[in-house]
Amino acid sequence: MAEQQYDAIVVGSGISGGWAAKELTEKGLKVLMLERGRNIEHIKDYVNADKEAWDFPHRGGRTQQMIEDYPVLKRDYPLNETNLDYWCSDKDHPYTETKRFDWFRGYHVGGRSLMWGRQSYRWADSDFEANAKDGIAVDWPVRYKEIEPWYDYVEKFAGISGNRDGIDLLPDGQFLPPMDLTCVEKDVAARIKEIYKGSRHLIIGRTANITVPHEGRPGCQFRNKCWLGCQFGGYFSTQSSTLPAAMATGNLTLRPFSIVTEIKYDKDKKRATGVTVLDAETNKTIEYKAKIIFVNASTLNSTWLLMNSATDVWEGGLGSSSDALGKNLMDHHLGNRAGGTIEGYEDKYTFGRRANGFYIPRFRNLGDEKRDYIRGFGYQGGANRAGWGHDVAEVSIGGKYKDALTEPGGWSIGMMGFGEMLPDPTNKVTLDKTKKDKWGLNVLNIDCELKDNEIKMRKDILEDAKEMLERAGAKNVEGFEGDGTPGRGIHEMGTARMGRDPKTSVLNGNNQVWDAPNVFVTDGSFMTSANCVNPSLTYMAFTARAVDFAVSELKKGNL
Amino acid sequence: MINRREALSRVAIIMGGTVLGAEAFLTGCKTNTKGVTFSQADVDFLNEVGETILPATDTPGAKAANVGAFMQIMVSDCYEAKDQAIFMQGMEELKFKASKAKMGKAFMEATPEERTAFLTDLDKEAKEYQSNKKKEDPTHYFTMMKQMTLSGLFTSKIGATEVLRYVAVPGKYEGCVPYTKGEKAWATS
Repeated sequence: MAEQQYDAIVVGSGISGGWAAKELTEKGLKVLMLERGRNIEHIKDYVNADKEAWDFPHRGGRTQQMIEDYPVLKRDYPLNETNLDYWCSDKDHPYTETKRFDWFRGYHVGGRSLMWGRQSYRWADSDFEANAKDGIAVDWPVRYKEIEPWYDYVEKFAGISGNRDGIDLLPDGQFLPPMDLTCVEKDVAARIKEIYKGSRHLIIGRTANITVPHEGRPGCQFRNKCWLGCQFGGYFSTQSSTLPAAMATGNLTLRPFSIVTEIKYDKDKKRATGVTVLDAETNKTIEYKAKIIFVNASTLNSTWLLMNSATDVWEGGLGSSSDALGKNLMDHHLGNRAGGTIEGYEDKYTFGRRANGFYIPRFRNLGDEKRDYIRGFGYQGGANRAGWGHDVAEVSIGGKYKDALTEPGGWSIGMMGFGEMLPDPTNKVTLDKTKKDKWGLNVLNIDCELKDNEIKMRKDILEDAKEMLERAGAKNVEGFEGDGTPGRGIHEMGTARMGRDPKTSVLNGNNQVWDAPNVFVTDGSFMTSANCVNPSLTYMAFTARAVDFAVSELKKGNL
Repeated sequence: MINRREALSRVAIIMGGTVLGAEAFLTGCKTNTKGVTFSQADVDFLNEVGETILPATDTPGAKAANVGAFMQIMVSDCYEAKDQAIFMQGMEELKFKASKAKMGKAFMEATPEERTAFLTDLDKEAKEYQSNKKKEDPTHYFTMMKQMTLSGLFTSKIGATEVLRYVAVPGKYEGCVPYTKGEKAWATS
């Protein structure tokens, strides 16, 4: 085989790209995985994995210089000195905000699978049916029964710890043992079950942390430092899981510093033939050929790539023959939350640092209930005991004060909503042809905002949280109206959605680009609706399914 | 779960106000004046202030953790210009004017008991100011010093390992274990 020819190319090495590479190589294909950023090797390059606050120059905080250097990242928690190298430089990667969009990116091997929140929940059939039932956007071209075996498949490999809770809206998965709830959380869960007569549930979070050794990885050691990289392989990432599996086949070539600028398209054959790569370090251009292309560059970058491809055939790029390319950008809107104190439990504490919290699945707009908005939200939260940071009533200076601070404080509980954004064609990305980045590539223009449905939903997110905490016995309950700006969920979805009709969707039900059947898009861009659950598990399932289909089609000679 | 699940920084609960640097989460922050300099005398003074707030008992205090040096770094690198000005001015005020007004002598000339009594009053004053002030009003300099004394000690290695309890690799998580009064809090979360 010529040096530049592969069976398959995977664009992007993040949470879905890693899966594409694993599945394709395990099926015997020679695969080239292209990553725009640098390599980060498992364990070897986790430079801060063992560090505590005192090992950092500013105890892990952020400096004014960092704030100046990272005008976007500064807008939320990711800007801090513990893992700054894992977040891309805003100045090197500009984009145009027609409306504010907080875009926090990881441009390196593994992408944001290194830093992700790891919460992993399945969709239910009602989630796939929702667009059709509500008469909005387009129908998903699949249903739960087609994806269920793939959820089984990816969960078994990735290692998801959780409890079989028997909640219809949140199908149980192939779980490793669940992490503990704290005693307060257990009691609050029982009270919520009683008060709401079994219609609301507080459960332990389902997380991609392995609570027992799994697939050769030692397992979570409960240090709560996942986002620094974990030398114990305690959580699923490209580095800990899919990349070693792909490498073990001997079929993978990984090329970092490779910006894919175009999918090469043969308009007579109606097939992609390969990609053009711009080397991010040398600025040299290289052409690679392949029979199958998997596009997993992260939602907005995948759409960017499609928009820059086959422009001689379609001015708007590959997939623009539909009205859907670039449109219906979604995220989960966060920020609205509540917290309070819990009296008692002075004789209870915890051991270890749980990299997880509790989850309250969506309870709104189920059955016959009709709020003044459609769809819903879940909550993620925790009830924990304060460490040294607590009020001491009687003293405020001196030895007795210090000694009082060294004992744990009282218990408190808090939770934050993750709300669904509806697909809306006016929430969109386009190419900004007036602006180029340092590689001479047009940047993206992002025009996205929360609409009426989200704004109405956010009232319930706030009020329901306060009410539940109050009724469950928390005191001093306060709600906070947080920042729900799109992007902050770090769950960008849509802009290359799948559907049943090539006029209104970019992809079919097999994640194939309608106009190029050998191009598969399986990162967040394929999402036709957003639901309110963390999406990465769903990307994994669709990716494995799409690879299975792609390879079978290839073998049949259809690609 | 990651940081975004934490609603409030623990230190803000004590101080009854915003955590300094939290404003930095918003847009439009002015950068600091990188030329803020501390002398060794400043660091020594801040260590004495810190030691008054959190003295050595049967465990090390703020001075052993060199909170003065910690404050120097945090004010120089992490504080916004307006807060830097408040801190530097407040430091001078506390060294001399405020001390002389309450104790009749400079802070560094006072005894530990005199300092403790004085800072107890100053802390009350700062707390009241913080709870009554408007959001855009400046933070009290003593609030800053106290905040940094606490985090300076408790997030230091000596604080975590000799004053609190620290386990580098817990290996397990138990959500509900018995706690007896007197046992120390976990240093990290």
